[in-house]
Amino acid sequence: MRLVTVAGPPSSGKTSLIVRTLLALRDDGLRVGVVKFDCLSTQDAAVFERHEIPALVGISSGFCPDHYFISNIEDCAAWGERLGLDLLVTESAGLCNRCAPHIRGFLAVCVLDALSGVNTPRKVGPMLKTADLVVITKGDIVSQAEREVFAFRVRQVNPRARILFVNGITGQGAWEAARIWRSASENGVLEGGRLRFSVPTAVCSYCLGETRIGSDHQHGTVRKIPIPS
Amino acid sequence: MTTALSPAPFDAARFAEFLRLHHLPARADAGSPEAYWAALTWEQREDTGLDPETLAARYAEFLTLDRPPGREMALHSLDVLRGRDKSGAPERYDLRFAPGDVVCLVGPTGAGKSRLLADIECLAQRDTPTGRQVLINGQPPGDAERFSGESGLVAQISQNMNFVIDLPVGEFLHMHAESRALTDPAPIVDQVLRAAVAMAGEPFDADTQVTQLSGGQSRALMIADAAFLSPKPVVLIDEIENAGVDRRAALDLFVRKGKIVLLSTHDPLLALSGSRRLVIRHGAVQDVITPGPEEQAMVTRLVEIDARLADLRSRLRNGERISAFPA
Ligand SMILES: Nc1nc2c(ncn2[C@@H]2O[C@H](COP(=O)(O)OP(=O)(O)OP(=O)(O)O)[C@@H](O)[C@H]2O)c(=O)[nH]1
Ligand SMILES: [Mg+2]
Ligand SMILES: [Zn+2]
Ligand SMILES: [Zn+2]
Repeated sequence: MRLVTVAGPPSSGKTSLIVRTLLALRDDGLRVGVVKFDCLSTQDAAVFERHEIPALVGISSGFCPDHYFISNIEDCAAWGERLGLDLLVTESAGLCNRCAPHIRGFLAVCVLDALSGVNTPRKVGPMLKTADLVVITKGDIVSQAEREVFAFRVRQVNPRARILFVNGITGQGAWEAARIWRSASENGVLEGGRLRFSVPTAVCSYCLGETRIGSDHQHGTVRKIPIPS
Repeated sequence: MTTALSPAPFDAARFAEFLRLHHLPARADAGSPEAYWAALTWEQREDTGLDPETLAARYAEFLTLDRPPGREMALHSLDVLRGRDKSGAPERYDLRFAPGDVVCLVGPTGAGKSRLLADIECLAQRDTPTGRQVLINGQPPGDAERFSGESGLVAQISQNMNFVIDLPVGEFLHMHAESRALTDPAPIVDQVLRAAVAMAGEPFDADTQVTQLSGGQSRALMIADAAFLSPKPVVLIDEIENAGVDRRAALDLFVRKGKIVLLSTHDPLLALSGSRRLVIRHGAVQDVITPGPEEQAMVTRLVEIDARLADLRSRLRNGERISAFPA
């Protein structure tokens, strides 16, 4: 089974891309499925179900969704294996710009929205910089010039990635995405595998549920803004 | 050339820009990526998620973007070899496009215009649903051309597209020029601006905010920008509104700049202006029409009518009373 990790800011078009791409792959005879990771709630499962794509949903609640992802990915992959899938996609909203769900040896996709402006590629962290494929959505409503600048700025922070414009509504470009996903490695090993980028090691009192403000309540790893005196 | 192999002198400004874009801690004193790494605290190193070799490699890759891409190849011809229609019946035409061609695509929505465009965009090699094959300068493109970086030959302009960035026109064009690594962008930026203003009904200048442009002005700017600043050799125009932008001037500009223009339109003036018209139906090119003398004569009439409508429009804008149909 191939495993593809798809990450991107909220509402960037991840689900639209995944649906379009998986439909193309299913037309080619592949069995496909999705695991959606989110923080609070998600309607995405209904979208996948409407297209008869098996979908599993994980809500991380108080957890960083990427940490939650890592602690659950093996079980999710086992679920996909049990269903006899040829390709399993994980969708996670990159809410924490410091983390990324991308795993070494597995195709890593980052979805960015052209409408969010040409500065976006400079604001997104490891989920963009460590991706193999960067999909840019909503190009249908911004100018050609902005699309070109956007792609250039993606290249500046990740020169190795393949960049693809996909229209999440019409599916234009999804055929190429499908081709790339299809050729993803089938032999990746999760157990003992490594993330492409370390997720934060910090554990402070607030991570553990502290709500009071003030240095008396700050324990563990605490970092301060360097403020010139 | 042995000089090309010797490392370029360390450029502190570029390195600082690299650090900024990669969200790495700034350090003014580092004289090389190695020295930079050595100067970081262990905590900072941990945060980068990098090792010194990866850092140096990323910086080297970053610097290559400062040079204009060498493989921005010249396109002399683009072939689209016939595939099959939606029911699998073979298509009847092989198509060849050359720089300066204006080709119109006509047919109802869902007839297969987007499919044709998608085939060109991904340089189809009999591996898309239509079975078409695209040749570049008579040759099938290599996998590197097809599947690396941001390939794609086609710049697109459609009625739905807007500028979303909030910058003055001049700065916006400079930003686009910067992404092309042009050594001297100022004259090109100036050309784009002049061409755009000439095409637009109402004047604007380098200090106008792009988001403040009228529909016609921003379309004119998109057209001039695609003609002068986009590296893409093919331009797809999906219906341009007939108000506020001189559409014939736009086509002329693309022709002069040697672009292959694909026009998806049912506007009579534009659809008859092409050197060929592809009739698309049921997922395939069903007919190729070359305008005869009657159609060419009709274009002359349509241009007159268009000019009269434009005149009427500008008089209305000026608050005039209109007493008779303009002669
Ligand atoms: N115009 C346009 N709209 C798009 C495109 N892709 C997605 N959208 C729209 O953008 C909205 C968000 O798309 P989703 O696919 O739900 O985005 P998402 O990243 O999965 O969102 P979350 O999972 O909620 O973070 C939807 O209304 C889509 O219809 C596109 O290429 N063009
Ligand atoms: Mg979603
Ligand atoms: Zn996180
Ligand atoms: Zn914490």
